Amino acid sequence: MSLDKKLLVSASPHDHSKDTVTRIMLDVVIALVPSLIAATFLFGYRTLIVSAVSVGTCVLVEYISRIVMKRHQTVGDLSAIVTGLLIAFNVPVSMPLWMVVLGDILAIVVVKQMFGGIGMNFVNPALAARIMLIASFPTEMGKWNAPLSWKTETVTTASPLNAIKEIYRGGEITSDSFDGLPSLLDMFLGKRAGSLGEVCAVALILGLVYLLVRRVIKLTIPLSYVGSFAVIMFIAGDFNLKFLAYEILAGGLLLGAIFMATDYTTSPINFKGQVIFGIGCGVLTALIRLFGNLPEGVSFAIIIMNILVPHIENLTTPKPFGTVKEKKKKEAEAK
Amino acid sequence: MAEKKSLGKELTKGFLDENPVLRLVLGTCPTLAVSTSVESAVGMGLAASIVLICSNIAISALRKVIPSKVRIPAYIVVIASFVTIVQMLVKAFAPSLDEQLGVYLPLIVVNCIILGRAEAFAGKNSVLASAVDGLGMGIGFTIALFLMGFIREFFGTGTITISLINGGQPLWNSVFGENPILIFILAPGGFFVFGMLIMLANKIAEKKGKEKAQLHSCKACPMFATCTAAEKEDCDR
Repeated sequence: MSLDKKLLVSASPHDHSKDTVTRIMLDVVIALVPSLIAATFLFGYRTLIVSAVSVGTCVLVEYISRIVMKRHQTVGDLSAIVTGLLIAFNVPVSMPLWMVVLGDILAIVVVKQMFGGIGMNFVNPALAARIMLIASFPTEMGKWNAPLSWKTETVTTASPLNAIKEIYRGGEITSDSFDGLPSLLDMFLGKRAGSLGEVCAVALILGLVYLLVRRVIKLTIPLSYVGSFAVIMFIAGDFNLKFLAYEILAGGLLLGAIFMATDYTTSPINFKGQVIFGIGCGVLTALIRLFGNLPEGVSFAIIIMNILVPHIENLTTPKPFGTVKEKKKKEAEAK
Repeated sequence: MAEKKSLGKELTKGFLDENPVLRLVLGTCPTLAVSTSVESAVGMGLAASIVLICSNIAISALRKVIPSKVRIPAYIVVIASFVTIVQMLVKAFAPSLDEQLGVYLPLIVVNCIILGRAEAFAGKNSVLASAVDGLGMGIGFTIALFLMGFIREFFGTGTITISLINGGQPLWNSVFGENPILIFILAPGGFFVFGMLIMLANKIAEKKGKEKAQLHSCKACPMFATCTAAEKEDCDR
Protein backbone atom coordinates (compact mmCIF):
# COMPACT_ATOMS: atom_id res chain seq x y z
CA MET A 1 0.00 0.00 0.00
CA SER A 2 1.41 3.32 -0.96
CA LEU A 3 1.55 6.13 1.52
CA ASP A 4 -0.64 8.61 -0.31
CA LYS A 5 -3.59 6.27 -0.08
CA LYS A 6 -3.36 6.20 3.70
CA LEU A 7 -2.94 9.91 4.17
CA LEU A 8 -5.98 11.28 2.44
CA VAL A 9 -6.23 15.03 2.95
CA SER A 10 -9.51 16.74 2.23
CA ALA A 11 -11.13 20.02 3.11
CA SER A 12 -13.59 20.23 6.00
CA PRO A 13 -16.33 19.28 6.83
CA HIS A 14 -15.15 15.73 7.41
CA ASP A 15 -18.25 14.28 9.01
CA HIS A 16 -21.43 14.62 7.00
CA SER A 17 -24.88 14.56 8.55
CA LYS A 18 -27.43 12.42 6.81
CA ASP A 19 -29.98 15.24 6.99
CA THR A 20 -30.60 16.66 3.55
CA VAL A 21 -33.11 19.33 2.65
CA THR A 22 -35.16 16.72 0.86
CA ARG A 23 -35.23 14.43 3.89
CA ILE A 24 -36.24 17.27 6.25
CA MET A 25 -38.99 18.43 3.91
CA LEU A 26 -40.19 14.85 3.57
CA ASP A 27 -40.39 14.66 7.36
CA VAL A 28 -42.48 17.81 7.48
CA VAL A 29 -44.80 16.42 4.80
CA ILE A 30 -45.16 13.20 6.82
CA ALA A 31 -45.89 15.25 9.93
CA LEU A 32 -48.63 17.10 8.06
CA VAL A 33 -50.34 13.92 6.85
CA PRO A 34 -52.35 13.27 10.08
CA SER A 35 -53.87 16.75 9.82
CA LEU A 36 -54.70 16.14 6.16
CA ILE A 37 -56.47 12.89 7.03
CA ALA A 38 -58.34 14.55 9.89
CA ALA A 39 -59.38 17.46 7.67
CA THR A 40 -60.59 15.09 4.94
CA PHE A 41 -62.66 13.24 7.50
CA LEU A 42 -64.09 16.48 8.95
CA PHE A 43 -64.65 18.57 5.84
CA GLY A 44 -65.05 16.01 3.08
CA TYR A 45 -63.27 15.10 -0.12
CA ARG A 46 -62.96 18.73 -1.23
CA THR A 47 -60.10 18.96 1.25
CA LEU A 48 -58.11 16.64 -0.97
CA ILE A 49 -58.98 18.63 -4.09
CA VAL A 50 -57.88 21.92 -2.48
CA SER A 51 -54.67 20.32 -1.19
CA ALA A 52 -53.87 18.66 -4.50
CA VAL A 53 -54.44 21.84 -6.48
CA SER A 54 -52.34 23.84 -4.03
CA VAL A 55 -49.45 21.38 -3.98
CA GLY A 56 -49.59 20.90 -7.74
CA THR A 57 -49.55 24.63 -8.43
CA CYS A 58 -46.66 25.23 -6.03
CA VAL A 59 -44.53 22.50 -7.58
CA LEU A 60 -45.33 23.59 -11.13
CA VAL A 61 -44.72 27.27 -10.43
CA GLU A 62 -41.43 26.50 -8.66
CA TYR A 63 -40.33 24.38 -11.61
CA ILE A 64 -41.22 27.05 -14.14
CA SER A 65 -39.75 29.96 -12.21
CA ARG A 66 -36.41 28.18 -11.75
CA ILE A 67 -36.27 27.64 -15.50
CA VAL A 68 -37.27 31.22 -16.29
CA MET A 69 -34.71 32.58 -13.82
CA LYS A 70 -32.06 30.27 -15.31
CA ARG A 71 -31.09 28.82 -11.94
CA HIS A 72 -30.43 25.22 -11.02
CA GLN A 73 -33.59 23.19 -10.54
CA THR A 74 -34.64 22.90 -6.88
CA VAL A 75 -38.09 21.45 -7.34
CA GLY A 76 -36.82 18.08 -6.12
CA ASP A 77 -36.21 19.26 -2.56
CA LEU A 78 -39.95 18.96 -1.79
CA SER A 79 -40.09 22.39 -0.17
CA ALA A 80 -42.74 23.45 -2.66
CA ILE A 81 -44.91 20.55 -1.50
CA VAL A 82 -44.66 21.74 2.10
CA THR A 83 -45.59 25.29 1.10
CA GLY A 84 -48.49 24.02 -0.99
CA LEU A 85 -49.84 21.87 1.83
CA LEU A 86 -49.53 24.69 4.36
CA ILE A 87 -51.39 27.10 2.09
CA ALA A 88 -54.17 24.55 1.66
CA PHE A 89 -54.25 24.12 5.44
CA ASN A 90 -54.71 27.86 5.87
CA VAL A 91 -57.89 28.27 3.84
CA PRO A 92 -61.47 27.18 4.51
CA VAL A 93 -62.74 24.15 2.63
CA SER A 94 -65.13 26.22 0.49
CA MET A 95 -62.33 28.40 -0.91
CA PRO A 96 -62.60 28.80 -4.72
CA LEU A 97 -59.69 26.99 -6.33
CA TRP A 98 -58.47 29.92 -8.43
CA MET A 99 -57.96 31.92 -5.26
CA VAL A 100 -55.85 29.12 -3.81
CA VAL A 101 -53.81 29.09 -7.02
CA LEU A 102 -53.28 32.85 -6.71
CA GLY A 103 -51.99 32.39 -3.17
CA ASP A 104 -49.62 29.65 -4.35
CA ILE A 105 -48.20 31.83 -7.09
CA LEU A 106 -47.62 34.72 -4.68
CA ALA A 107 -45.95 32.43 -2.16
CA ILE A 108 -43.60 30.70 -4.57
CA VAL A 109 -42.85 33.36 -7.17
CA VAL A 110 -42.87 36.59 -5.20
CA VAL A 111 -41.93 35.60 -1.68
CA LYS A 112 -39.67 32.65 -2.37
CA GLN A 113 -38.11 32.66 -5.84
CA MET A 114 -37.74 36.40 -6.33
CA PHE A 115 -35.73 36.55 -3.13
CA GLY A 116 -33.50 33.69 -4.26
CA GLY A 117 -35.35 30.45 -3.69
CA ILE A 118 -35.23 28.07 -0.77
CA GLY A 119 -33.41 29.44 2.25
CA MET A 120 -33.62 33.02 1.04
CA ASN A 121 -37.26 33.91 1.63
CA PHE A 122 -37.60 36.78 4.12
CA VAL A 123 -40.96 35.62 5.51
CA ASN A 124 -42.78 32.32 5.53
CA PRO A 125 -44.25 31.96 1.99
CA ALA A 126 -47.37 30.13 3.14
CA LEU A 127 -48.18 32.81 5.69
CA ALA A 128 -47.59 35.59 3.19
CA ALA A 129 -50.06 33.84 0.89
CA ARG A 130 -52.56 33.54 3.72
CA ILE A 131 -52.33 37.24 4.54
CA MET A 132 -52.67 38.16 0.87
CA LEU A 133 -55.77 35.97 0.61
CA ILE A 134 -57.30 37.46 3.79
CA ALA A 135 -56.67 41.00 2.58
CA SER A 136 -58.01 40.23 -0.89
CA PHE A 137 -60.98 37.97 -0.24
CA PRO A 138 -62.25 38.64 3.30
CA THR A 139 -65.65 37.04 2.67
CA GLU A 140 -64.30 33.86 1.08
CA MET A 141 -61.66 33.48 3.78
CA GLY A 142 -64.30 33.88 6.49
CA LYS A 143 -66.77 31.31 5.17
CA TRP A 144 -66.58 28.47 7.67
CA ASN A 145 -68.24 25.16 6.98
CA ALA A 146 -69.57 23.21 9.94
CA PRO A 147 -67.58 19.99 10.50
CA LEU A 148 -69.04 16.69 9.30
CA SER A 149 -71.81 18.55 7.46
CA TRP A 150 -70.44 17.59 4.03
CA LYS A 151 -72.20 14.23 3.99
CA THR A 152 -75.65 15.78 4.05
CA GLU A 153 -75.48 19.43 3.10
CA THR A 154 -72.97 22.19 3.60
CA VAL A 155 -73.74 24.41 6.55
CA THR A 156 -71.79 27.55 7.24
CA THR A 157 -71.24 28.52 10.84
CA ALA A 158 -69.28 31.05 12.83
CA SER A 159 -65.71 30.27 13.71
CA PRO A 160 -65.18 29.59 17.45
CA LEU A 161 -62.58 32.33 17.47
CA ASN A 162 -65.20 34.99 16.77
CA ALA A 163 -67.38 33.66 19.58
CA ILE A 164 -64.45 33.73 21.99
CA LYS A 165 -63.72 37.30 21.03
CA GLU A 166 -67.35 38.20 21.73
CA ILE A 167 -67.04 36.55 25.14
CA TYR A 168 -63.95 38.60 25.94
CA ARG A 169 -65.52 41.80 24.67
CA GLY A 170 -68.75 41.05 26.59
CA GLY A 171 -67.07 41.68 29.91
CA GLU A 172 -67.22 39.20 32.77
CA ILE A 173 -66.54 35.58 31.87
CA THR A 174 -68.90 33.13 33.56
CA SER A 175 -69.38 29.41 33.13
CA ASP A 176 -72.41 30.10 30.88
CA SER A 177 -70.30 32.16 28.50
CA PHE A 178 -69.11 29.10 26.60
CA ASP A 179 -72.59 27.61 25.96
CA GLY A 180 -72.68 28.34 22.25
CA LEU A 181 -69.25 26.87 21.60
CA PRO A 182 -68.23 23.29 20.78
CA SER A 183 -67.16 21.37 23.87
CA LEU A 184 -63.47 21.39 24.76
CA LEU A 185 -63.17 17.75 23.69
CA ASP A 186 -64.66 18.61 20.29
CA MET A 187 -62.22 21.49 20.02
CA PHE A 188 -59.37 19.15 20.80
CA LEU A 189 -60.47 16.49 18.32
CA GLY A 190 -61.21 19.06 15.67
CA LYS A 191 -65.00 18.95 15.44
CA ARG A 192 -65.29 22.66 14.88
CA ALA A 193 -65.32 25.22 12.08
CA GLY A 194 -62.03 26.58 10.85
CA SER A 195 -59.33 26.40 8.20
CA LEU A 196 -58.49 22.94 6.88
CA GLY A 197 -55.33 22.18 8.82
CA GLU A 198 -55.88 24.11 12.01
CA VAL A 199 -58.91 22.35 13.46
CA CYS A 200 -57.61 18.99 14.68
CA ALA A 201 -55.30 19.62 17.63
CA VAL A 202 -54.63 15.89 18.07
CA ALA A 203 -53.29 15.50 14.55
CA LEU A 204 -51.14 18.61 14.88
CA ILE A 205 -49.63 17.38 18.14
CA LEU A 206 -49.02 14.00 16.48
CA GLY A 207 -47.10 15.85 13.79
CA LEU A 208 -45.16 17.77 16.44
CA VAL A 209 -44.17 14.54 18.18
CA TYR A 210 -42.98 13.06 14.88
CA LEU A 211 -40.91 16.15 14.10
CA LEU A 212 -39.41 16.09 17.60
CA VAL A 213 -38.54 12.41 17.34
CA ARG A 214 -36.94 12.94 13.93
CA ARG A 215 -35.17 15.97 15.43
CA VAL A 216 -36.37 18.18 12.60
CA ILE A 217 -37.44 20.89 15.02
CA LYS A 218 -36.74 21.65 18.65
CA LEU A 219 -39.44 22.37 21.17
CA THR A 220 -38.02 25.84 21.92
CA ILE A 221 -40.11 27.93 19.55
CA PRO A 222 -43.47 26.15 19.90
CA LEU A 223 -43.14 26.09 23.69
CA SER A 224 -42.10 29.72 24.13
CA TYR A 225 -44.74 30.76 21.61
CA VAL A 226 -47.68 28.94 23.17
CA GLY A 227 -46.34 29.54 26.69
CA SER A 228 -46.09 33.31 26.43
CA PHE A 229 -49.44 33.38 24.64
CA ALA A 230 -50.99 31.32 27.44
CA VAL A 231 -49.62 33.59 30.19
CA ILE A 232 -51.17 36.68 28.61
CA MET A 233 -54.48 34.96 27.91
CA PHE A 234 -54.57 33.61 31.45
CA ILE A 235 -54.26 37.11 32.87
CA ALA A 236 -56.60 38.67 30.29
CA GLY A 237 -59.27 36.03 30.91
CA ASP A 238 -59.40 36.73 34.67
CA PHE A 239 -57.49 33.50 35.42
CA ASN A 240 -60.27 31.46 33.81
CA LEU A 241 -58.76 28.13 32.72
CA LYS A 242 -61.60 27.34 30.34
CA PHE A 243 -61.11 30.63 28.48
CA LEU A 244 -57.41 29.86 28.23
CA ALA A 245 -58.04 26.38 26.84
CA TYR A 246 -60.43 27.71 24.20
CA GLU A 247 -57.99 30.42 23.18
CA ILE A 248 -55.18 27.91 22.72
CA LEU A 249 -57.25 25.38 20.78
CA ALA A 250 -59.15 27.86 18.60
CA GLY A 251 -57.73 29.37 15.43
CA GLY A 252 -54.40 28.54 13.92
CA LEU A 253 -52.22 28.88 17.01
CA LEU A 254 -51.03 25.28 17.13
CA LEU A 255 -50.59 25.02 13.36
CA GLY A 256 -48.65 28.28 13.41
CA ALA A 257 -46.53 27.41 16.43
CA ILE A 258 -45.62 23.93 15.21
CA PHE A 259 -45.26 24.28 11.45
CA MET A 260 -44.97 27.96 10.54
CA ALA A 261 -42.90 29.60 13.27
CA THR A 262 -40.34 26.80 13.22
CA ASP A 263 -39.44 27.28 9.54
CA TYR A 264 -35.62 27.20 9.43
CA THR A 265 -35.15 30.11 7.06
CA THR A 266 -37.29 32.57 8.96
CA SER A 267 -36.50 31.75 12.59
CA PRO A 268 -33.40 32.48 14.67
CA ILE A 269 -30.60 29.93 14.90
CA ASN A 270 -29.57 29.77 18.54
CA PHE A 271 -31.53 29.07 21.70
CA LYS A 272 -31.69 32.62 23.06
CA GLY A 273 -32.88 33.99 19.75
CA GLN A 274 -35.51 31.29 19.40
CA VAL A 275 -36.92 32.10 22.84
CA ILE A 276 -37.10 35.81 22.00
CA PHE A 277 -38.73 34.91 18.67
CA GLY A 278 -41.29 32.60 20.31
CA ILE A 279 -42.20 35.07 23.04
CA GLY A 280 -42.54 37.85 20.46
CA CYS A 281 -44.92 35.69 18.40
CA GLY A 282 -46.93 34.78 21.50
CA VAL A 283 -47.28 38.34 22.77
CA LEU A 284 -48.21 39.72 19.34
CA THR A 285 -50.75 36.95 18.72
CA ALA A 286 -52.36 37.58 22.10
CA LEU A 287 -52.48 41.34 21.57
CA ILE A 288 -53.98 41.03 18.08
CA ARG A 289 -56.57 38.54 19.27
CA LEU A 290 -57.53 40.66 22.28
CA PHE A 291 -57.47 44.15 20.80
CA GLY A 292 -57.32 43.78 17.00
CA ASN A 293 -60.16 44.03 14.50
CA LEU A 294 -59.53 40.66 12.92
CA PRO A 295 -60.30 37.58 15.00
CA GLU A 296 -57.04 35.79 14.18
CA GLY A 297 -53.55 37.12 14.77
CA VAL A 298 -51.24 34.13 14.33
CA SER A 299 -50.23 34.84 10.74
CA PHE A 300 -49.54 38.54 11.33
CA ALA A 301 -47.60 37.85 14.52
CA ILE A 302 -45.34 35.28 12.87
CA ILE A 303 -44.77 37.46 9.79
CA ILE A 304 -43.80 40.45 11.94
CA MET A 305 -41.38 38.33 13.94
CA ASN A 306 -40.02 36.80 10.68
CA ILE A 307 -39.08 40.27 9.55
CA LEU A 308 -37.41 40.97 12.90
CA VAL A 309 -35.32 37.78 12.79
CA PRO A 310 -32.13 39.40 11.38
CA HIS A 311 -32.21 41.90 14.25
CA ILE A 312 -32.79 39.17 16.80
CA GLU A 313 -29.82 37.30 15.36
CA ASN A 314 -27.70 40.43 15.69
CA LEU A 315 -28.65 40.76 19.34
CA THR A 316 -28.01 37.13 20.20
CA THR A 317 -24.79 36.44 18.33
CA PRO A 318 -22.89 34.11 20.63
CA LYS A 319 -19.51 35.19 21.99
CA PRO A 320 -16.71 33.06 20.54
CA PHE A 321 -14.83 31.16 23.24
CA GLY A 322 -11.93 33.09 24.70
CA THR A 323 -12.90 36.54 23.39
CA VAL A 324 -13.80 39.55 25.51
CA LYS A 325 -16.76 41.77 24.82
CA GLU A 326 -16.06 45.25 23.50
CA LYS A 327 -17.50 46.95 26.57
CA LYS A 328 -15.52 44.88 29.05
CA LYS A 329 -12.42 45.38 26.97
CA LYS A 330 -12.79 49.15 27.22
CA GLU A 331 -13.39 48.92 30.96
CA ALA A 332 -10.32 46.79 31.36
CA GLU A 333 -8.28 49.25 29.33
CA ALA A 334 -9.55 52.14 31.43
CA LYS A 335 -8.27 50.44 34.55
CA MET B 1 -25.58 67.38 -19.07
CA ALA B 2 -22.64 69.06 -20.76
CA GLU B 3 -23.10 67.66 -24.25
CA LYS B 4 -25.84 69.08 -26.40
CA LYS B 5 -28.74 66.83 -27.11
CA SER B 6 -31.36 67.29 -29.78
CA LEU B 7 -34.78 68.47 -28.64
CA GLY B 8 -36.36 65.24 -29.74
CA LYS B 9 -34.03 63.33 -27.47
CA GLU B 10 -34.79 65.64 -24.57
CA LEU B 11 -38.44 64.87 -25.10
CA THR B 12 -38.28 61.12 -25.44
CA LYS B 13 -35.72 60.42 -22.74
CA GLY B 14 -38.44 60.96 -20.12
CA PHE B 15 -40.67 58.25 -21.60
CA LEU B 16 -38.56 55.27 -20.71
CA ASP B 17 -34.79 55.78 -20.51
CA GLU B 18 -35.03 58.36 -17.76
CA ASN B 19 -38.63 57.79 -16.74
CA PRO B 20 -38.86 59.72 -13.47
CA VAL B 21 -40.84 57.06 -11.63
CA LEU B 22 -39.63 53.78 -13.08
CA ARG B 23 -35.99 54.62 -13.81
CA LEU B 24 -35.02 57.47 -11.49
CA VAL B 25 -37.40 56.29 -8.71
CA LEU B 26 -38.52 59.83 -7.94
CA GLY B 27 -41.96 60.96 -6.83
CA THR B 28 -42.89 57.61 -5.34
CA CYS B 29 -45.25 59.06 -2.75
CA PRO B 30 -47.92 60.33 -5.19
CA THR B 31 -47.28 57.29 -7.39
CA LEU B 32 -48.23 54.89 -4.61
CA ALA B 33 -50.94 57.02 -3.05
CA VAL B 34 -53.12 58.11 -5.95
CA SER B 35 -52.73 55.19 -8.34
CA THR B 36 -55.73 53.28 -6.99
CA SER B 37 -57.74 54.22 -10.06
CA VAL B 38 -57.00 55.24 -13.63
CA GLU B 39 -58.90 58.48 -13.24
CA SER B 40 -57.04 59.82 -10.23
CA ALA B 41 -53.70 58.53 -11.53
CA VAL B 42 -54.01 60.28 -14.88
CA GLY B 43 -55.42 63.39 -13.19
CA MET B 44 -52.41 63.48 -10.92
CA GLY B 45 -50.05 62.91 -13.82
CA LEU B 46 -51.54 65.74 -15.85
CA ALA B 47 -51.64 68.18 -12.94
CA ALA B 48 -48.01 67.46 -12.08
CA SER B 49 -47.01 67.71 -15.76
CA ILE B 50 -48.55 71.16 -16.12
CA VAL B 51 -46.75 72.36 -12.99
CA LEU B 52 -43.53 70.75 -14.23
CA ILE B 53 -43.62 72.40 -17.65
CA CYS B 54 -44.51 75.82 -16.25
CA SER B 55 -41.95 75.71 -13.46
CA ASN B 56 -39.25 74.46 -15.82
CA ILE B 57 -39.90 77.38 -18.16
CA ALA B 58 -40.01 79.95 -15.35
CA ILE B 59 -36.94 78.64 -13.56
CA SER B 60 -35.00 78.35 -16.80
CA ALA B 61 -35.89 81.93 -17.66
CA LEU B 62 -34.85 83.14 -14.22
CA ARG B 63 -31.72 80.99 -13.97
CA LYS B 64 -29.36 83.90 -14.38
CA VAL B 65 -31.23 86.07 -11.88
CA ILE B 66 -31.50 83.57 -9.04
CA PRO B 67 -28.38 83.53 -6.83
CA SER B 68 -27.20 79.95 -6.47
CA LYS B 69 -27.10 80.14 -2.65
CA VAL B 70 -30.85 80.67 -2.36
CA ARG B 71 -31.88 78.74 -5.44
CA ILE B 72 -33.85 76.04 -3.61
CA PRO B 73 -36.18 78.46 -1.78
CA ALA B 74 -36.56 80.40 -5.02
CA TYR B 75 -37.47 77.23 -6.92
CA ILE B 76 -39.98 76.31 -4.24
CA VAL B 77 -41.66 79.72 -4.50
CA VAL B 78 -41.97 79.34 -8.28
CA ILE B 79 -43.27 75.76 -8.02
CA ALA B 80 -45.68 76.62 -5.22
CA SER B 81 -47.25 79.42 -7.24
CA PHE B 82 -47.92 77.08 -10.17
CA VAL B 83 -49.27 74.39 -7.86
CA THR B 84 -51.68 76.91 -6.36
CA ILE B 85 -52.87 77.90 -9.84
CA VAL B 86 -53.36 74.27 -10.88
CA GLN B 87 -55.11 73.45 -7.63
CA MET B 88 -57.58 76.31 -8.09
CA LEU B 89 -58.22 75.28 -11.70
CA VAL B 90 -58.88 71.66 -10.71
CA LYS B 91 -61.16 72.75 -7.87
CA ALA B 92 -63.13 74.92 -10.29
CA PHE B 93 -63.40 72.64 -13.31
CA ALA B 94 -63.00 69.07 -11.99
CA PRO B 95 -64.25 69.05 -8.39
CA SER B 96 -64.60 65.25 -8.38
CA LEU B 97 -60.92 64.87 -9.28
CA ASP B 98 -60.04 67.33 -6.53
CA GLU B 99 -61.91 65.15 -4.04
CA GLN B 100 -60.12 62.02 -5.22
CA LEU B 101 -56.65 63.54 -5.11
CA GLY B 102 -57.24 65.30 -1.80
CA VAL B 103 -54.10 66.39 -0.05
CA TYR B 104 -51.85 65.02 -2.79
CA LEU B 105 -52.75 67.87 -5.13
CA PRO B 106 -51.15 70.63 -2.99
CA LEU B 107 -48.37 68.18 -2.18
CA ILE B 108 -47.15 68.47 -5.79
CA VAL B 109 -45.11 71.35 -4.34
CA VAL B 110 -42.74 68.90 -2.71
CA ASN B 111 -42.80 66.38 -5.57
CA CYS B 112 -39.17 65.40 -6.09
CA ILE B 113 -39.60 65.15 -9.84
CA ILE B 114 -40.37 68.84 -10.20
CA LEU B 115 -37.66 70.07 -7.86
CA GLY B 116 -35.31 67.48 -9.31
CA ARG B 117 -35.80 68.67 -12.88
CA ALA B 118 -35.49 72.30 -11.76
CA GLU B 119 -32.20 71.54 -10.04
CA ALA B 120 -30.79 69.12 -12.57
CA PHE B 121 -32.00 70.57 -15.83
CA ALA B 122 -33.93 73.85 -15.90
CA GLY B 123 -31.34 75.62 -13.74
CA LYS B 124 -28.69 75.30 -16.43
CA ASN B 125 -30.44 74.90 -19.78
CA SER B 126 -32.27 77.15 -22.19
CA VAL B 127 -35.98 77.90 -21.90
CA LEU B 128 -36.97 75.83 -24.92
CA ALA B 129 -34.96 72.80 -23.89
CA SER B 130 -36.36 73.04 -20.34
CA ALA B 131 -39.91 73.20 -21.64
CA VAL B 132 -39.34 70.14 -23.79
CA ASP B 133 -37.67 68.33 -20.90
CA GLY B 134 -40.62 69.18 -18.63
CA LEU B 135 -43.07 67.91 -21.24
CA GLY B 136 -41.18 64.64 -21.71
CA MET B 137 -40.79 64.03 -18.00
CA GLY B 138 -44.43 64.90 -17.44
CA ILE B 139 -45.52 62.41 -20.09
CA GLY B 140 -43.24 59.77 -18.57
CA PHE B 141 -44.72 60.39 -15.12
CA THR B 142 -48.25 60.20 -16.52
CA ILE B 143 -47.48 56.96 -18.39
CA ALA B 144 -46.11 55.33 -15.24
CA LEU B 145 -49.08 56.49 -13.18
CA PHE B 146 -51.52 55.31 -15.84
CA LEU B 147 -49.95 51.85 -15.89
CA MET B 148 -50.06 51.60 -12.10
CA GLY B 149 -53.61 52.93 -11.94
CA PHE B 150 -54.83 50.65 -14.70
CA ILE B 151 -53.34 47.47 -13.21
CA ARG B 152 -54.46 48.28 -9.69
CA GLU B 153 -58.00 49.30 -10.64
CA PHE B 154 -58.43 46.41 -13.06
CA PHE B 155 -57.45 43.74 -10.54
CA GLY B 156 -58.49 45.53 -7.36
CA THR B 157 -62.04 46.53 -8.29
CA GLY B 158 -62.61 44.38 -11.35
CA THR B 159 -63.69 47.34 -13.48
CA ILE B 160 -62.36 50.51 -15.03
CA THR B 161 -64.43 53.58 -14.23
CA ILE B 162 -63.83 57.05 -15.62
CA SER B 163 -66.45 59.54 -14.53
CA LEU B 164 -66.05 61.76 -17.59
CA ILE B 165 -66.77 58.90 -20.01
CA ASN B 166 -69.92 56.81 -20.04
CA GLY B 167 -71.55 58.85 -17.25
CA GLY B 168 -69.58 57.25 -14.46
CA GLN B 169 -70.64 53.74 -15.41
CA PRO B 170 -67.96 51.01 -15.38
CA LEU B 171 -66.47 50.71 -18.84
CA TRP B 172 -66.40 46.95 -18.69
CA ASN B 173 -66.63 44.19 -16.15
CA SER B 174 -63.48 42.20 -15.85
CA VAL B 175 -63.16 38.46 -15.44
CA PHE B 176 -63.07 38.72 -11.67
CA GLY B 177 -66.69 39.78 -11.47
CA GLU B 178 -67.75 39.71 -7.85
CA ASN B 179 -64.39 38.67 -6.47
CA PRO B 180 -61.85 41.38 -7.24
CA ILE B 181 -58.42 40.91 -5.73
CA LEU B 182 -58.81 43.63 -3.12
CA ILE B 183 -55.17 43.73 -2.14
CA PHE B 184 -54.30 45.55 -5.36
CA ILE B 185 -56.01 48.75 -4.25
CA LEU B 186 -54.58 48.45 -0.74
CA ALA B 187 -51.12 49.75 0.07
CA PRO B 188 -49.26 46.40 -0.28
CA GLY B 189 -50.68 45.99 -3.79
CA GLY B 190 -49.36 49.44 -4.67
CA PHE B 191 -45.83 48.50 -3.66
CA PHE B 192 -46.20 45.16 -5.41
CA VAL B 193 -47.25 46.66 -8.75
CA PHE B 194 -44.62 49.40 -8.40
CA GLY B 195 -41.87 46.83 -7.89
CA MET B 196 -43.05 44.78 -10.85
CA LEU B 197 -43.11 47.81 -13.14
CA ILE B 198 -39.61 48.85 -12.07
CA MET B 199 -38.46 45.31 -12.80
CA LEU B 200 -40.03 45.47 -16.24
CA ALA B 201 -38.50 48.89 -16.98
CA ASN B 202 -35.13 47.58 -15.80
CA LYS B 203 -35.41 44.62 -18.14
CA ILE B 204 -36.20 46.82 -21.12
CA ALA B 205 -33.42 49.27 -20.23
CA GLU B 206 -30.97 46.42 -19.75
CA LYS B 207 -31.64 45.25 -23.28
CA LYS B 208 -30.81 48.75 -24.47
CA GLY B 209 -27.57 48.55 -22.54
CA LYS B 210 -28.48 51.01 -19.80
CA GLU B 211 -27.77 50.80 -16.08
CA LYS B 212 -30.33 49.36 -13.69
CA ALA B 213 -32.42 51.73 -11.61
CA GLN B 214 -31.18 51.81 -8.06
CA LEU B 215 -32.75 53.50 -5.10
CA HIS B 216 -29.43 54.83 -3.90
CA SER B 217 -27.71 55.43 -7.21
CA CYS B 218 -26.13 58.81 -7.72
CA LYS B 219 -28.01 59.50 -10.92
CA ALA B 220 -31.36 59.10 -9.18
CA CYS B 221 -30.43 61.88 -6.77
CA PRO B 222 -31.87 65.29 -7.65
CA MET B 223 -28.65 66.84 -6.35
CA PHE B 224 -26.53 64.75 -8.72
CA ALA B 225 -25.50 67.63 -10.94
CA THR B 226 -24.21 69.81 -8.13
CA CYS B 227 -23.26 67.19 -5.55
CA THR B 228 -19.56 67.17 -4.71
CA ALA B 229 -19.69 63.62 -3.43
CA ALA B 230 -20.91 62.43 -6.82
CA GLU B 231 -17.65 63.37 -8.43
CA LYS B 232 -15.79 61.24 -5.94
CA GLU B 233 -18.37 58.48 -6.50
CA ASP B 234 -18.76 57.82 -2.81
CA CYS B 235 -22.31 58.97 -2.24
CA ASP B 236 -23.71 55.50 -1.70
CA ARG B 237 -24.94 56.48 1.74
